[in-house]
Amino acid sequence: MNKPLVNEYGSKEKLIVATAPLCGCFGCHMSLLDIDERILQLVELVEFDRSPITDIKDIGKCDIGLIEGGVANVHNVEDLREFRNNCDILVAVGACAVNGGVPAMRNQFDIKECLEEAYILGIGIENPHVPNDVEIPLLLDKVHPIHEVVRVDYFLPGCPPSADTFWKFLTDLINGNTIDFPYSLIHYD
Amino acid sequence: MPNIEEFIGDIFSEIGEAPDLLLQYLHAIQHEYSHVPEEAIQLLSERLKTPPMKINAVIDFYSFLHRTARGEYDIRFSDNITDRMLGNQLLFKSLCKKLGVEPDVPRADGKVTVSLTSCTGICDQGPAMLVNGLVVSKLTEKRIHKMVGRIEAGIPVANWPKSLFVVKDNIRRKDKLLNDDIIKGSAIGALAATGGEVMLERLENSGLRGRGGAGFGSGLKWRLCRETEADKHYVVCNADEGEPGTFKDRVLLNSYADELFEGMTVAAGIVGAKKGLLYLRREYLYMREALEKTLQERREAKLLGKKILGHKGFNFDIEIHMGAGAYICGEESALIESLEGKRGIPRDRPPFPVTCGYKNKPTALNNVETFVAAAKIAVFGADWYHSVGTSQSSGTKLLSISGDCERPGIYEYPFGVTIRQILVDCGASDTQAVQVSGAAGSTIPPQEFYRKIAFEDVSSGGSFMIFNQQRDLLKMVLNFARFFTHESCGFCTPCRVGGRLLNDLVEKVMVGYATRYDLKEMERIGQVMKKTAHCGLGSTAPNPILDTLAKFPGIYATRLHNTSHTPAFDMTKALDVSRLLTGREDEGAYVERTDEY
Repeated sequence: MNKPLVNEYGSKEKLIVATAPLCGCFGCHMSLLDIDERILQLVELVEFDRSPITDIKDIGKCDIGLIEGGVANVHNVEDLREFRNNCDILVAVGACAVNGGVPAMRNQFDIKECLEEAYILGIGIENPHVPNDVEIPLLLDKVHPIHEVVRVDYFLPGCPPSADTFWKFLTDLINGNTIDFPYSLIHYD
Repeated sequence: MPNIEEFIGDIFSEIGEAPDLLLQYLHAIQHEYSHVPEEAIQLLSERLKTPPMKINAVIDFYSFLHRTARGEYDIRFSDNITDRMLGNQLLFKSLCKKLGVEPDVPRADGKVTVSLTSCTGICDQGPAMLVNGLVVSKLTEKRIHKMVGRIEAGIPVANWPKSLFVVKDNIRRKDKLLNDDIIKGSAIGALAATGGEVMLERLENSGLRGRGGAGFGSGLKWRLCRETEADKHYVVCNADEGEPGTFKDRVLLNSYADELFEGMTVAAGIVGAKKGLLYLRREYLYMREALEKTLQERREAKLLGKKILGHKGFNFDIEIHMGAGAYICGEESALIESLEGKRGIPRDRPPFPVTCGYKNKPTALNNVETFVAAAKIAVFGADWYHSVGTSQSSGTKLLSISGDCERPGIYEYPFGVTIRQILVDCGASDTQAVQVSGAAGSTIPPQEFYRKIAFEDVSSGGSFMIFNQQRDLLKMVLNFARFFTHESCGFCTPCRVGGRLLNDLVEKVMVGYATRYDLKEMERIGQVMKKTAHCGLGSTAPNPILDTLAKFPGIYATRLHNTSHTPAFDMTKALDVSRLLTGREDEGAYVERTDEY
């Protein structure tokens, strides 16, 4: 059993949840929204802080942070650190956050090869040069799972985790139950 | 170099044409051309009606097979921890520098490639290397220097001084097995006199257990094999001595080959096999010629072939099959896969090889030492053997002793000998730890030196590596973690991924970035591997880590970083290339370095 996240007096105070997409495809966020009408039950229990769902840009103190995607560039590192600093519980959501996922397929090439292929040597490129605008986040040489950058409390696997997996995870976590998935929620073939 | 098509034709006519000989063809081609050329893959594919992808998969699986040429001189340094303790790293770097090569990359003129390889079984006279399959032991800077001269002058390895290629037996202590000689053919004679059933009882009564490490009763194994009905039975000898630090089979193959073949022949008589196979690890290729000669002499002496010793219906012969550099092939079902010309991936068990082994026929598969012991038991009887040893481990055990001691080499002891006694005998002092039974074995601290070598206490496949107080044990742990990452066959996730994760975590400890959390992760991952890996390799791979975490916590604790989490990589460095390519030096081109996450 985890400690229930609602306080011991049964306070109705809502838990605060933030979500962030790092280097991923937004599929995990879409899957979260696939809980459909249960989202009405969810907002009874939680309030959303920074998230693409709320479009709030700055994070405040949160109870739960859900991170989709791996760490591929400087912005990802900064966002992730901000989440870690502000969230009591940080969750790696989906294959990219857990393992690096599809973006990490570039890890078998040098970053130099990747950038040159995209911006210099590729077919049909005009004005070949590697973009260097300071607004564009600089790429790390490899894509990393998020636990290689910050401490992570939970790993929610799947590509994406299904809506039911999200639902079970969040309701178990909020109610203080041990997170215990039935096999049907964590098998993938 | 000969025309490839003719060369393949010649091998086919010499050893036969069958898909299960694929690995043997590849071995021969690799040896001749220093790689397996694309043309050869196409030809083999057509002749054997096997898709090229399958052949490629086999080539890529084995460390000694390559699809690009390694050149005239193919050099591999043994990289066991015992070689490292004797300074192989400096010599390796020195040779690379003198020859002007990068590790694993053939030199531009195609003359030479230098690589590291897993333990070559020369730990008692390291640092060692293989040059075109021949062993050079006791490497020194001087030897390296002269070697470079010979390579640059293009002198063929066959013309290098013979003194370079001396591998000594180094037998330091003999007991029953090595002392009491048998006359050639006497074990087979004894079998003929008693009959299979009586001989089997003799073996069962002797209490002989498999000497590879698992310790399954040899008599029972052969009985099960004999009693399984099939049109064919096989006898296989596992001479894939890959466990780091083990070299006793090397010595037996070198000096007790007759006894080995005698033991295999007795096994064949008992289980009813017509064909035997010796699976010889690629690192021991240098002994093949002598072994073939011994086999030929035995054929001429009517100890192999048709009508052995004149007994009608007792037909048995032995073939040598080469491995190609894969530790996993020491696992019996992986070895059988390899004998069948496939990648060495362990089978599901049961069924065990004893009822369904080579070509799915009942197979008596044993270690070299087991067959040698069986031959002697056949002659001298059960009492001779179990008069020494302990109640559950009868007879003697050969130990390969290496590391920090004055007299490394082969020691034969009756089971039940204490570790302390062994350390005294081999001249070890100031000992910090002993690694018994190789990388997959157990790490024994001084407070446990009273323990005994026996199946019921400290079980051993034969490896015994000694580390004195000056050694950094974490280097041993890292060496073994790398070894397992390299040798995992990749079939099951716990081993393929778990081994890699453990390796990375040990490296993190090594460079001083790890935290308590990482140690807990190592423990957890190790337990998962133990419980869920497909075969013994994966389930024993975490042993050195789990053992040292429990018994030598100090080697980890002193290196921990004092935070709850530290990034696994250097973020400033990770941006170096991007910074260079974009020419950016602004604030956003750097990540603040901090440990507080």
